[in-house]
Amino acid sequence: MSKKMHIKLKVNGKDEEFLAEPRELLIYTLRERLNITGPHIGCETSHCGACTVTINGKSVKSCTMFAAQADGAEITTIEGIGGPDDLHPLQEAFKEHHGLQCGYCTPGMITRATKLLEENPNPSEEEIRFGMAGNICRCTGYQNIVKSIQAAAAEMNAAKEAAE
Amino acid sequence: MIPAEFDYYRPKDMAGVLSLLEEHGDDARVMAGGHSLIPMMKLRMADVPHLIDLQDVGGLSDIEVGPDAIKIGALVTQADIIDHAGLTNVAPILREAALQIADPQVRYMGTVGGNVANGDPGNDMPGLMQCLDAAFTVVGADGERTIPAREFYEAAYMTAREDDEVLTGVTIPLPKGGYAYEKQKRKIGDYATAAAAVQITKDGGSCVSASIAMTNLSDTPIYSEAAGAALVGTSLDDAALSAAVAAMLGDIDPTEDNRGPVAFKNHVAGVILRRAIERAWSRA
Amino acid sequence: MKDDITREERVDNLKGMGCSRKRVEDARFTQGKGNYVDDVKLDGMLFGDFVRSPYAHARITNIDTAAALEVPGVLAVLTAADLEPLGLHWMPTLAGDKQMVLADGKVLFQGQEVAFVVAEDRYAAADGIELVEVEYEELPVVVNPFEALKSDVVLREDLVAEDGSIPDGAHGPRKHHNHIFTWDAGDKEPTEEVIANADVVAEETMYYHRTHPCPLETCGCVASMDKVNGKLTLWGTFQAPHAIRTIVSLISGLEEHNIRVISPDIGGGFGNKVGAYPGYVCSVVASIVTGKPVKWIEDRMDNLMTTAFARDYHMTGKISATKEGKITGLHCHVTADHGGFDACADPTKFPAGFMNICTGSYDIPTAYLEVDGVYTNKAPGGVSYRCSFRVTEAVYFIERMIEVLAIKLNMDAAELRRINFIKKEQFPYTAALGWEYDSGDYHTAWDKALKTVDYDGLRAEQAQRVEDFKAGKTRKLMGIGLSFFTEIVGAGPVKNCDILGLGMFDSCEIRIHPTGSAIARLGTISQGQGHATTFAQILASEIGLPADSITIEEGDTDTAPYGLGTYGSRSTPVAGAATAMAGRKIRAKAQMIAAYLLEVHDNDVEFDVDRFVVKGAPEKFKTMKEIAFAAYNQAIPGIEPGLEAVSYYDPPNMTYPFGAYVCVMDIDVDTGVPEIRRFYALDDCGTRINPMIIEGQVHGGLTEALAVALGQEIAYDDMGNCKTGTLMDFFLPTAWEVPNYETDFTVTPSPHHPIGAKGVGESPHVGGVPCFSNAVQDAFRPFGNTHTNMPHDHWRIWKTANELGLHG
Repeated sequence: MSKKMHIKLKVNGKDEEFLAEPRELLIYTLRERLNITGPHIGCETSHCGACTVTINGKSVKSCTMFAAQADGAEITTIEGIGGPDDLHPLQEAFKEHHGLQCGYCTPGMITRATKLLEENPNPSEEEIRFGMAGNICRCTGYQNIVKSIQAAAAEMNAAKEAAE
Repeated sequence: MIPAEFDYYRPKDMAGVLSLLEEHGDDARVMAGGHSLIPMMKLRMADVPHLIDLQDVGGLSDIEVGPDAIKIGALVTQADIIDHAGLTNVAPILREAALQIADPQVRYMGTVGGNVANGDPGNDMPGLMQCLDAAFTVVGADGERTIPAREFYEAAYMTAREDDEVLTGVTIPLPKGGYAYEKQKRKIGDYATAAAAVQITKDGGSCVSASIAMTNLSDTPIYSEAAGAALVGTSLDDAALSAAVAAMLGDIDPTEDNRGPVAFKNHVAGVILRRAIERAWSRA
Repeated sequence: MKDDITREERVDNLKGMGCSRKRVEDARFTQGKGNYVDDVKLDGMLFGDFVRSPYAHARITNIDTAAALEVPGVLAVLTAADLEPLGLHWMPTLAGDKQMVLADGKVLFQGQEVAFVVAEDRYAAADGIELVEVEYEELPVVVNPFEALKSDVVLREDLVAEDGSIPDGAHGPRKHHNHIFTWDAGDKEPTEEVIANADVVAEETMYYHRTHPCPLETCGCVASMDKVNGKLTLWGTFQAPHAIRTIVSLISGLEEHNIRVISPDIGGGFGNKVGAYPGYVCSVVASIVTGKPVKWIEDRMDNLMTTAFARDYHMTGKISATKEGKITGLHCHVTADHGGFDACADPTKFPAGFMNICTGSYDIPTAYLEVDGVYTNKAPGGVSYRCSFRVTEAVYFIERMIEVLAIKLNMDAAELRRINFIKKEQFPYTAALGWEYDSGDYHTAWDKALKTVDYDGLRAEQAQRVEDFKAGKTRKLMGIGLSFFTEIVGAGPVKNCDILGLGMFDSCEIRIHPTGSAIARLGTISQGQGHATTFAQILASEIGLPADSITIEEGDTDTAPYGLGTYGSRSTPVAGAATAMAGRKIRAKAQMIAAYLLEVHDNDVEFDVDRFVVKGAPEKFKTMKEIAFAAYNQAIPGIEPGLEAVSYYDPPNMTYPFGAYVCVMDIDVDTGVPEIRRFYALDDCGTRINPMIIEGQVHGGLTEALAVALGQEIAYDDMGNCKTGTLMDFFLPTAWEVPNYETDFTVTPSPHHPIGAKGVGESPHVGGVPCFSNAVQDAFRPFGNTHTNMPHDHWRIWKTANELGLHG
């Protein structure tokens, strides 16, 4: 058996430390080792984006990264984006605009959208469609996902303006 | 999909990488973003007993825009290229091409080095680098050497890089004139049905130089010198375009796959090239 | 007693039928707190996974598991030999055939389950799989159903008698050793006669390619046998959890009360999760053998290559008409490729599903349909991918035949549809192939659609485009795709609809709590449709308690009443009806309680939104909340305490949603790339429960239609290798490939459904596929195109242009 790796991660603000086989994929670290089951497994070949998390400020498909590669990284999953007492505007907007159906793609979708809006706080519909093209949804046809992200962007921009 | 067992290394410098390569020979592979290699390992189509992650090796993540040339480190990602205003300023074709690779998440991880080094005929950067007459720097036990992109690709997944060498960066002479990267694909995330990289200069109404390379239309990228030559000295009238397309078709050798049969690919290659040339010309 | 709010406000407070209530499911999903089967984690849980066949047809001469068993963490490797003593090496399919659970001497399709490796974790399982040595002896591969019917190669030796004769199958006589059934409907000779003597006959052969529902979550389960109590709990991605419980009981011998099936949150189904798969059986057996919970989750390749393909119908049609375009007859023959086992998920009496809805929305006096099912070396399945049983195939067939006839008649296809629609006053309408359409107003819907899109203007623009193209001014053609569909959903009346003998009723059980809130449980299971939201809306309107005070629960067979599950758009038509009927039972008892409390006769009170009022004296009332409390806590003579009801609803008929779709597409003839410029969808699903959810269903169904029409397929090479096993090649559109849709509606309530609802989840897929396809075909009509097969991916579109000489 290959040598186990000593891996340290900061996941949703919490330090985690463990020994793992090098071949342990990050998605399994999150889901099975750390019981963070928001990110899902959809395709396993980096096409669908259900496993998307944010790693050191980048949107990453965690099914295509070994935990060992992420050693030392800061990771945010849907669980770290907002909870019952502090919903993120994107979480609110997806509920408000019917941006989800079965919910399976939703954690990856919202996680990716947080990064998209960080990079481009006021995206056009075309920019949203292009910027979200790494996340597949089988249920919604994307129209209400686009609408949700637009609504969240407006909400976040308004809040930012009010704060200034 | 679970890969077979392997040992993982994350050396801090190139000497560490090279000594691991020397130690494990064919059993070792270097990895940058891993987005080509890891899916192959998961499907157990790539057997990698020793995996060397380059991410901690310093000096591979820089983009330097010099007076005559651009240097891009092997670990520069597609996202880095897209976001680098200075680079886009002098070589906009890089951004245009990078935006057509995979999807946002993959572009954060996918690197220039990985894209050009692994020899996958579906990758976009190799053809682009041939069009731009880039040179690849590789380093091995015997030191560093430079290989022109146009001489790098031998067959699918076979390149001029030796197994114990690591590709550290690419050097691109500052491109001149108009540019276009035109790609037809079935959907986001797909490889090209056909793609063309074109860089053209003109003087008045006449073409002074033209460089053309095609992607995913052979088992290597195809730099079509003849296609470029067919344009030089012309005003890019229809006859010149047709001659360039004909020359390019003489150089490519597509195979049938789920994207379609050979006749379709040849036809689309011609259409895509024609469009790329026209767009590049309009920007020259 | 005075109200401080208006009646209108009281209606709003209920969030009942007709309002776009926000979904109650979304809080957990948006926060990553859904609970899908792969999230189930039990102490000591083992992982099982399959060794699969690389060959499409081969004999297995030996399986050596010794090396695999040496892998640390591998506990067991099950083969057919291990299952045989239990009688579980084969299992019944939903279609009356049987299927190997693990390869019993041979394999019939690539990816077939050969051995099941059980290990302590998924890593050991994966390593074990690599080390199971299987010796195969390759056999000739048959992937084409027409060749299969002529071939000497016997795919299913188990279905040939020792003397070489071919015994009858589950659906009657078989013509050949690779033939499964012939099923027909309608009048053969009269139809042939009408067509032979008609003014005009159009004929076409079309292939509706094989594809796959491909929900984002694959299939999987966790089986946990509690040997102490003798109870088996099975979590899984089941669209029909109660049916799964019964099937598990029948094949395992465990008594049904000792089996608890739980469908947790399901990440999309679209038909993929209706069937019973070898993974379920092997997990159960492995759990019984090891005494530990066993999890099995498909990977994406397993999913695409082995569980639940859809379509694969080779259809030949003849349609006859008068010179004026009045259709007189329709003939359809189908060669249906069912793969290695007949595992289609159809009601027992309908081996080709409801393909006999193929007369569509038209008043066709004479028709005949014949379907031949055939075995080939492909994966089994034949599920209804986002449609009622084979309705996509039927609607595609008729909507293509109409277009082909329009070409033959040199008529506008919109007009041809209009003059043949079943008229409003003809409903209920009995079609030539037997179904009684409950209601419809096709002309109104069609006129509204054509007017909204400015159909005449589009045709004028298209004519100009053709001229421009011919003049060399453009290389893009314009296609106008039309489709008018009638679905048949809500299976169904128990008198003719059952699966494996299980009647296709559905159910709802309601408990009102003393403080005026409630829980309702149903026999269905949501996979994203939002049942917890919409069924509460139905109940809110029926029983006058706010939807926000009603919990909807599905999917746990220990608590929910028996039902046949969610597929074929049956939830609203059947379980939705049961919900309304159970609600009415609640209301009937509430009426008696209210009358007692108000000291009047039962007939002197009437229901009004959220209360019973004394007729003629609206100031005298008891709210449902008050009534609920009294039901539990006040001794009322002659009425037993409590407020509960259950309804098992056996629908008197199917429901028949319909719609009118128009697609405008530009096509680059040089590259074959289509661009959807506009898509208009008018749906009539009867009474609308939640417009927001309806719209979402339409967007999603249209997107799946786009995928199927424009590129999504399960393709095989001649050796039976599946060429489309990953999402690189199996087309699932991203946001970038999908347009914005315009939605619209008319409302023609179902006359027999308690609330007039008809179901909508599948309409957009059923109507969308022919609409996208017709748009592609229409673009080429001016150049002589009659029909080309889907999927219209770039190269096939290019091929059409090329064959029509459009590349110069």
